Amino acid sequence: MIALKNASVIFNQGTVNENQALNNINLNVREGDFITIIGSNGAGKSTLFNLIAGTITPTLGSIHVNGRNVTREPEFKRAQYIGRIFQNPLLGTASNMSLEDNMMITYRKGFKWIKRSLNNKMREYFRSELLQLKMGLEHRMKENLLMFSGGQRQALTLLMMVLSKPALIMLDEHTAALDPKNAEIVLELTDKFIKEHKLTSMMITHNMSHAIEYGNRLLMMDRGEIIFDAAGEAKKELTVEKLIEKFHELRHHGFENDRALLAE
Amino acid sequence: MIEGILVEGLIYGIMVLGVFITFRVLDFPDLTVDGSFPLGSALMVQGILLGMNSWLALLLAFIGGVIAGVITALIHNHLKVPNLLAGILTMTMLYSINIRILGNRANVPVLDQDTILSSVSSRLSGIVPDEYIMILFFLIMALVIKLLLDLFFRTDLGMTIGAMGNNEQMIISQGINPKTLKTIGLGLSNGLVAVSGAFAAQYLGFADVGLGQGIIITGLASVMIGEFLVMKSNRIGVLTLCALVGSILFQAVMYLGRYYGYVIDMTPNDLNLIKGLLIIILLILTQSRKLNIAALKAMVQK
Repeated sequence: MIALKNASVIFNQGTVNENQALNNINLNVREGDFITIIGSNGAGKSTLFNLIAGTITPTLGSIHVNGRNVTREPEFKRAQYIGRIFQNPLLGTASNMSLEDNMMITYRKGFKWIKRSLNNKMREYFRSELLQLKMGLEHRMKENLLMFSGGQRQALTLLMMVLSKPALIMLDEHTAALDPKNAEIVLELTDKFIKEHKLTSMMITHNMSHAIEYGNRLLMMDRGEIIFDAAGEAKKELTVEKLIEKFHELRHHGFENDRALLAE
Repeated sequence: MIEGILVEGLIYGIMVLGVFITFRVLDFPDLTVDGSFPLGSALMVQGILLGMNSWLALLLAFIGGVIAGVITALIHNHLKVPNLLAGILTMTMLYSINIRILGNRANVPVLDQDTILSSVSSRLSGIVPDEYIMILFFLIMALVIKLLLDLFFRTDLGMTIGAMGNNEQMIISQGINPKTLKTIGLGLSNGLVAVSGAFAAQYLGFADVGLGQGIIITGLASVMIGEFLVMKSNRIGVLTLCALVGSILFQAVMYLGRYYGYVIDMTPNDLNLIKGLLIIILLILTQSRKLNIAALKAMVQK
């Protein structure tokens, strides 16, 4: 469905600060895939997401969606079919607006005209969807999001993204900024939504056991390259120990430093 | 005295609503205002002098302002110029354009012409006491514009613009081009500013290229006074009302400065200094109030 062909990203090309963030990436995301991505800081995970989302364009190579070349398509156009959640729970919603206004803006993608679509029928629909979060938010539809916790806002962002039915969802360590309890809730919800709606998904995580537990495919990244790609049965057999061993086998550098980061 | 303050407060209030849109809703400090205000007055006056229907001339002023705002947005969006600089560029260019519109003159009077104000006066004369006609008319104008704005910001498009000012990434993630929203917001804002300029020209009896000088500061100070009066609210109706009330209060302060400033040896030339100091004082007061509220909250939690 989404394919990266020989994609490289080089920041500050031709200067002393030249930095090869992604090196000749070839990746084919198939429909229905739930890919978890691990790698130490600076491995290129977020750059990979930025590349797919259109925040940055590749220095070399190309990106294709269902066979269509989208390499030059701006981020807001790709957002029509890509849903993305960031680590910062404040980035998905507008703090100074009420819950129902936020849902009105996000339940459907694309430009909105001068009309009022927020009516009681829509409020009822939002309320019934909010029930799924089991956070009691259905009683707080008129409240400003400023009053909500990070976990609640991230759960909302997730729900609203699912309602807009994207073809691909990208989760960039979306539970990392939450406390452990909320992180668990949001992660459970993520898994539930992905299974229910059969969403094609990519999830960056720093937690190796999460990467193994969730999804049907696992990518390990290091220094701008995908060094390991396990899917299906091969992924099911993975354990944290095996992953660390694998990393050691593939790369001999800086392992002790990375171990803490990878295994948490 | 009070009539003058109210009328000027309401005329400039329309401009303050425009400044409120850019500064508070869009989070785009737009300095085009200093050029679009005299642009509105110039288009209005020239329209009337050309024998145009005065309401049609007002529409022309509005459209002129919209175009000015759109140009600032285009410069900012497509040339990646910082928003402040984009506004300054348009404002500077408008200075020359305004003189062109006024027929290479810096000041053009409309004293003996049929304006919106003169026709309203003659129609209402006898029904409403003369000294209240202008207050009544501008009260209605300002409130109608305020209510239309409130309605607009409750529509889907209006809400997306509000959300963008708060969180641009959210709008991009929704597949909406923030550049389009900025263009719409800046156009609307400068359209209102030009309408305000058009009314100011009729009220003063002339259009002048210098009319816009420091308008942005007037607008900003008015918005801040209005905000200072009310505790934080997110209801657009309350916010726009605050902008109008802030405008009237600001004009009251200026009036006092103009007529009673001699007591402390102040001249009209000192007014710009007063405006700036007023903003600085308001900033300090808002800051300390925020700190007080935070301290109170901390105490309560203990």
